[in-house]
Amino acid sequence: MTGDELIWRIAGGSGDGIDSTSQNFTKALMRTGLDVFTHRHYPSRIRGGHTYVEVRAADHAVKSRGDGYDFLLALGDSFARNPQDGEAYYGNEEVKPLTENLDELREGGVIVYDEGLLDTDEVEDFDERVEENDWHVYPLDLRSLAREHGREIMRNTAGVAATAALIDMDTGIFEELMADTMSGEMLETNVEVLEEAHAAVSEMEFTHDLEVPTGSHDEEQVLLNGSHAVAYGAIDEGCRFIAGYPMTPWTDVFTIMTQHLPSIGGISEQVEDEIAAASLAIGASHAGVKAMSGSSGGGFALMSEPLGLAEMTETPLVLVEAMRAGPSTGMPTKPEQGDLEHILYTSQGDSNRVVFAPGTVAEAYEQSREAFRVAYEYQIPVVIVIDQKLSGELASVPASHFDREPNPDLGSVLSEEEIQEAPHHASGTFNRFRHDPEDGVSPRSIPGQKDGRFLATGNEHTPQGHIEESPDNRVAQVDRRTRKLESIRSDLDEQDHSNQTYYGPEDAEHGIMVWGSQQGSVEEAVDRLNEQGESVKMLGVSDMMPYPKADVTEFLESVDECLVVEMNITAQFRGLTQKELGRFGEKMSSLLKYNGNPFEPAEVVEGFDIQVNGGDEPPTAQTRIEPAAGD
Amino acid sequence: MSKSFSAIGQAEQGEEIDREAFTPGIEPQATWCPGCGDFSVLKALKGAMPEVGRTPDETLLVTGIGCSGKLNSYFESYAMHSIHGRSLPIARAAKLANPGLEVIAAGGDGDGYGIGGNHFMHTARENHDMTYIVFNNEIFGLTKGQTSPTSPKGHESKTQPHGSAKDPIRPLSLALTSGASYVARTAAVNPRQATEILTEAIEHDGFAHVDFLTQCPTWNKDAKQYVPYTDVQDSDDFDFDVHDRQEAAEMMHETEDKLYEGEVLTGRFYIDEDRRSYGEEKRSTGEMPEEPLAERYFDEEADWERSYDLLDAHK
Repeated sequence: MTGDELIWRIAGGSGDGIDSTSQNFTKALMRTGLDVFTHRHYPSRIRGGHTYVEVRAADHAVKSRGDGYDFLLALGDSFARNPQDGEAYYGNEEVKPLTENLDELREGGVIVYDEGLLDTDEVEDFDERVEENDWHVYPLDLRSLAREHGREIMRNTAGVAATAALIDMDTGIFEELMADTMSGEMLETNVEVLEEAHAAVSEMEFTHDLEVPTGSHDEEQVLLNGSHAVAYGAIDEGCRFIAGYPMTPWTDVFTIMTQHLPSIGGISEQVEDEIAAASLAIGASHAGVKAMSGSSGGGFALMSEPLGLAEMTETPLVLVEAMRAGPSTGMPTKPEQGDLEHILYTSQGDSNRVVFAPGTVAEAYEQSREAFRVAYEYQIPVVIVIDQKLSGELASVPASHFDREPNPDLGSVLSEEEIQEAPHHASGTFNRFRHDPEDGVSPRSIPGQKDGRFLATGNEHTPQGHIEESPDNRVAQVDRRTRKLESIRSDLDEQDHSNQTYYGPEDAEHGIMVWGSQQGSVEEAVDRLNEQGESVKMLGVSDMMPYPKADVTEFLESVDECLVVEMNITAQFRGLTQKELGRFGEKMSSLLKYNGNPFEPAEVVEGFDIQVNGGDEPPTAQTRIEPAAGD
Repeated sequence: MSKSFSAIGQAEQGEEIDREAFTPGIEPQATWCPGCGDFSVLKALKGAMPEVGRTPDETLLVTGIGCSGKLNSYFESYAMHSIHGRSLPIARAAKLANPGLEVIAAGGDGDGYGIGGNHFMHTARENHDMTYIVFNNEIFGLTKGQTSPTSPKGHESKTQPHGSAKDPIRPLSLALTSGASYVARTAAVNPRQATEILTEAIEHDGFAHVDFLTQCPTWNKDAKQYVPYTDVQDSDDFDFDVHDRQEAAEMMHETEDKLYEGEVLTGRFYIDEDRRSYGEEKRSTGEMPEEPLAERYFDEEADWERSYDLLDAHK
C-alpha cells in the first residue's frame, strides 16, 4: 500500500452526522501536516439514505478526490428503510453503508463496520469479495461502545477512534478538535468514547499495513470549501448585502455570508423568491452598497429578468450560480456542469454580462474578488459559476492566500464634488448614460447625492435615462454597453494573474481543456499521462464571458488535438469555444460525464487513451466520448 | 445632514421646497391619454412632497411596468423604472441600504396585485418604511384592455371573451392581512384627499399602501369615473375605528364589494402607528447597522473587516 496517501471514506445515513464527523477528521489530518481534499455524496433527504464523505490526505498536493479509496468506515443508517418483502425499488437501505461502497474500495483496503447495526450476511458475496480483493475486515460493535461510555449517537466518535487506532494515529489531535467545538459533559463523554474505543481497537491484532502518511506544511493551512471561498472573496471586496432564497447547493454561500454579515456591519435578507432576491441586490447596489445574490439552476432561472434589468440599467450586481444536475429539479445534491448556456444567455436580448467559473477553492476566492471589482468598475452583472462539487469540497489552502487588503471601492461612482463638474442636461438632470465614454463606462451617481438625479430604466434610454427609441440613440447605447465587454477583456488580460490555469509541459503534443470544478482531476490525470510517456498539457478556462480568445487560440494552435472535459452531455463549453473562435472544430473532441459524480483522474486518463490512442472501451464506463467534427 | 449624501435632510436645514421642483425639465409633459386618472397621482404626489419636506435628490421613486410605470418619467427625483411587478423588492432594498432616502414604489393593479402579488404580500408583512401607490384602473391599459386582477367578475375582454369567471382580488384586505400598517384608498377625482393621503402615507413609519383608483378613459370606458365618491371618514354612514383591525377588516370588505356595485368608498381604512418598521426590527436584533450602510462606502476613515480575521474556525 502506498505510504504517501490515504483515502478514507465514512459512510452511513443522512442526518447521522457523517458530514461533521468527516470535517473533524479532515481537519485532524490537515493539522498533522498533510494536504487534504474531500468529496461529499449525499441524498436530497433530511433523515436517512446513503451518504458518504471521502477524505483524501497526502504528503503532497492533492487536487481531486482521487480514484477509489483505501479505508471504509461503515456506520449504520438510523433512518434507513427496509421493506421486509424486498419489493421496493430502493431495496434494503440498512445495509447500504456496506453494499454501496464496496465497488470503489481498492485492493488491500480496510473495512471497519459497526457490527451492532450492519450484518455482512445481507451483503451479497461479501466473503468472496473480501478474499478476492484482499480486504482487511474489522467488525466492531461501535454502537455498544458508544452506549457503554456515552450515548449511542457517539458511535461516529467511536468509529473515528477505531480508524485512528488502525492507521496509527493517537487520540490527542481529535481531543483538541473536540475541545474547539464542545465543552462540559458533552466533551468529557465524547473524549471517553474516543479513548475507550481507541484502546479497545489498539489491542486487536492487525492484518493490514495501511498507515496514515506523515507530512509537514511550510506554512499554516486552513480548511475550507468553494462556498467559503466565494463568500470570503465577497467580504474582502466590501460586499455587505446579500439577498437569497434557500436552494441546494447555493444555500452554503448564502448561509456563510449570513453568519458573518451582521457582525461586520452588513445586511442579509432571506426573501420570498429568487426574483425578489436578485431584485433586492439590484436595489441595494443602486443605492450605493456592494451587493450580491445567487441561486442554483432553478432559482437562477427566476433571476433572468432582474439580470436583464441590471444589464440595461448598468447596475453593478454579482450573482452566484451553484450548479446541480438538471433539468428541472434534476438531482439536487449531485454536481453537473449543465447550466453554462443558461447562465451565458438567459434573459431577453443580447447578453451583456461577465461569467467566471473558478476551478479550485483558491480560485473561487480570487474570482469572487475579481467579480466584484469588474461588476462595480464596469457597472455590469457578473455571475460566478460553481457547482455542487466545488461548493462543498473541503481543501487545505495556505492561510496566507487570504492575507490581502480589502477593496471596498464602489468603482465608477462620482463623489458629490465630481457630480457638480460632470455633464448635466440643460434641464439639470445628470447625464448618467453618456454616449461617449471610450471604455463604455459612464460613471454613476448614488441616490441622495446632490444634483445627481437620473432615471434608471429597463427601457432603452437617453443619456439622462429617459425612454427613447430613436435609431441613433439606440445604436449609440448598444455600442457603448457592448464596448464594456471589450474593455473588460483587455482589463483581464492586463492583470498580473490570469484566470486561466496552465498545467503540464508547455511543448506537449496533446491538450486537455477543462472549465470549472473538474480542473483538479484533470491536472492529476495530466501528471499520470505524462508519467506513462504521453505528452499532454492542460488549459483550465475560467473566463466564460468575455471569452479569452487569445489564450485559447494560442493553446489550441500549440497542440495536435485537444480533449475537452466537462460534466454535461451536450458539450456546452466545447460549443462555446467553437462559437467564439469559429475554428478548431476538427481538433476538439469531448469527454463527457453526467451520472451525478465528478470525474475521477483515472476516467480522464482512460478517456484520453480511448480518444487519442484508440484504446479499448472501458468495461464500466460512466463517461462518453464525443468525437471531433469530421471524425 | 449626511456628509456624503448632502441632499438627505436638506429641508430640515430650512430649504424651501417648491412642488415645481418635481417637474422634470427633460420630460415635463406626460404621455397618458387625455382624461387618464394617472395625471391625478402625479399631481397629488407633487403636492405631497413639499408637505413632507423631502427634495427630489433625496427621493427614490421605483416603478413597475405599464402606464403607471411611467410615473417617474414625469416626476423629478432619483428613480428606477424597473420590471413588471418588481418595484417592491428593489425599493425595499434601497431603503435598507440607505434609510435616509424617501422611498416610494408605484405600479398598476396588474403589476402589484397580479404578477407582483407575492412581493406585495411579503413587503407588507415585513412592514418596510416606504409608500406603495397602486394605480388601480381595473384593467390592463398599456397592453390594450385585458382583464386585470381587479376587473369585476364577468368582465369581458379579448382575454376573457365570455366574461371573467374570477372574483376580483381584495387589495385592501390583502394589505391588512399581510401586515401593512397604513392602508388607504383614494381616487383620481378627489385631488384634495389624494394629496392628504399620500402625505400621510409618506410620513407614516412603516409600509403604507395606497390603492389609488385611476379611471382609464380608453380601455375601461364601462367602468365608472369613480364619482360620486364617499370619504368614509367624512360620512356619518360609516362608523369604524381605523386603528381597530377587526373593524377595519369589515370596512375594507364592504368597500371592496361596494366598488363593484357602483359605490366608491375612499379614505383611511387602517392605521397602526405602533408596529415597528422592518428597519427598526432589524436594528433591534443587531442585523442591520445603526448608520446607513451606503454612507460607509464614502467614509475614507472606515475600517473594513477582512476574511483573514475570520479564519480561526478553519484552522
